[in-house]
Amino acid sequence: MSLNKDQIKYLAVLSRMNLQDSETNDVVDKLSRIVEFVDQLQAVSTEGIEPMAHPLEQSQRLRVDKVTEINDREKIQLNANDINKGMYLVPKVID
Amino acid sequence: MPIKELQNMTLCALKQGMKEKAFKSTEITEALLSRISDLGPSLNAFITVTAEQALKEAQEADKLIAAGKDKPLMGLPIAHKDLFCTDGVLTSCGSKMLHNFIPPYNASVVKRLKSSGIIMLGKTNMDEFAMGSSNETSYYGAVNNPWNMDLSPGGSSGGSAAAVAARLVPAATGTDTGGSIRQPAALTGITGIKPTYGRVSRYGMIAFASSLDQGGVFTRSVEDAALLLGEMAGFDENDSTSVDVPVPNYIGTINKSIKGLKIGLVRQHFDAGLDEDNAKAVKEALEVLKEQGAEIIDIDLPNIELSVPTYYVVASAECSSNLSRYDGVRFGYRAENYKDLNEFYCKTRGEGFGAEVKRRIMTGTYVLSAGYYDAYYLKAQKVRQLISQDFKKAFEKVDLIAGPTTPSPAFALGAKMDDPIEMYLNDIYTIGANLAGLPGMSIPCGFVNNLPVGLQLVGKHFGEESLLQCGHHYQQETNWHLQVPEQFK
Repeated sequence: MSLNKDQIKYLAVLSRMNLQDSETNDVVDKLSRIVEFVDQLQAVSTEGIEPMAHPLEQSQRLRVDKVTEINDREKIQLNANDINKGMYLVPKVID
Repeated sequence: MPIKELQNMTLCALKQGMKEKAFKSTEITEALLSRISDLGPSLNAFITVTAEQALKEAQEADKLIAAGKDKPLMGLPIAHKDLFCTDGVLTSCGSKMLHNFIPPYNASVVKRLKSSGIIMLGKTNMDEFAMGSSNETSYYGAVNNPWNMDLSPGGSSGGSAAAVAARLVPAATGTDTGGSIRQPAALTGITGIKPTYGRVSRYGMIAFASSLDQGGVFTRSVEDAALLLGEMAGFDENDSTSVDVPVPNYIGTINKSIKGLKIGLVRQHFDAGLDEDNAKAVKEALEVLKEQGAEIIDIDLPNIELSVPTYYVVASAECSSNLSRYDGVRFGYRAENYKDLNEFYCKTRGEGFGAEVKRRIMTGTYVLSAGYYDAYYLKAQKVRQLISQDFKKAFEKVDLIAGPTTPSPAFALGAKMDDPIEMYLNDIYTIGANLAGLPGMSIPCGFVNNLPVGLQLVGKHFGEESLLQCGHHYQQETNWHLQVPEQFK
């Protein structure tokens, strides 16, 4: 199945990723080819087959709920682009 | 000791040399750092070189060695793929999105190797977020293959593979989601092992596809791979998928005879698509193993051809979910000039990710979206089960599976960039092991058109020991792994 420009633009919106006009045609072409390629899975009979979620079929390990990490806030925030009094700043969300 | 001798030595030989006081860690470190600075740029193998830190650590290692305080990897050099978080050292994952990211902690792999005495010389180039099979998607540019500088070294761990093959470092870490250790190892003529899923901690490894990602190593001998794996492997409570299974003494059992070992040869691997000479090299390698007492048995993996489409659904889905964390808020790239939060996200992600990463995020978003989830994602997880069951059945008959690592030797840079499917099919022989969580290793087994090709061995879950024993015995009888690219002799 090939994808059209509108579908690609919608996927970009869902993925929160701007696409330049110059990129869009290339993405339409390549993503269509990828989808066509993975479409061959549709022909495989998988009746009664359980989907595989984990390569070793292990269940989620649980741990005791206790604090194990030290508070490294200052060191971690060295990577921040914009902070004020230890808070991350982003554009205004609520008017 | 002349630099020419040091650069060709394996970790085991360097360890022995330091023990016999033939040379010090400082000498090795200085020699390799100067090689990296002279030859590294032509290959573009490194993103960061940590010379100062390395020399300081080497001096400390020499003091400890002199004081009789030894550790298993004391004073030995390594390079880390730029996907492993390193405390205080840039970890870019080959992306503009993380071009300024300085992790506040070490990945468990880095931490374990460091506590065993290893010295990091730098961080290696890679495909952006490990998405690629040619190292061409890196924000820092492609890596060249030391065997022919116009060719790709493979990917995604292309920088690690090129650095080890060019004798800039004796070993480097890598990660393998669909073949990203084994494929570049094959294309550069070195040894590369991807352990069982859960064998090596993923804590601090920047996630691509969490149910497939696994850390491993590149070395120039199987023996070295055993030495490193023994130090890296084991349970880690920081990784919720780490498995609590005892780690065998890989290096201690490596000489165990392979007499009677049953090796399966997958019929489907020799269908059209495999280069004839590559097939010949693999078959000759099996003859060598046969002479050492292994038994070769034909087996079938009927669904193995479906592994590539299955992988591109599962891996893309997981990547679209994992990479949603890059939003420009707490770390990494942040765009400028936005009018609201939504535009802030969209611009940051639109500018911070490269073309291949964007395609995979969108593919993942598509296969997980309402109306398509059952048809693609769930379907792929079912086919993944079929592929995994094929391996299970095969392992009822054999101890190991052998075959080619790649369909052909190294390809030209740029040759496959316009056709994503052709690029993806380069991983046709390696992806199965990731889908089923099995350990796999590639070792050099010959040359085609003067370029190295690899023999892939795949083992049972937690069967790294037999992979290493088999590979080690092969390297005792052959010298493919000792060949050095002309320009880097």
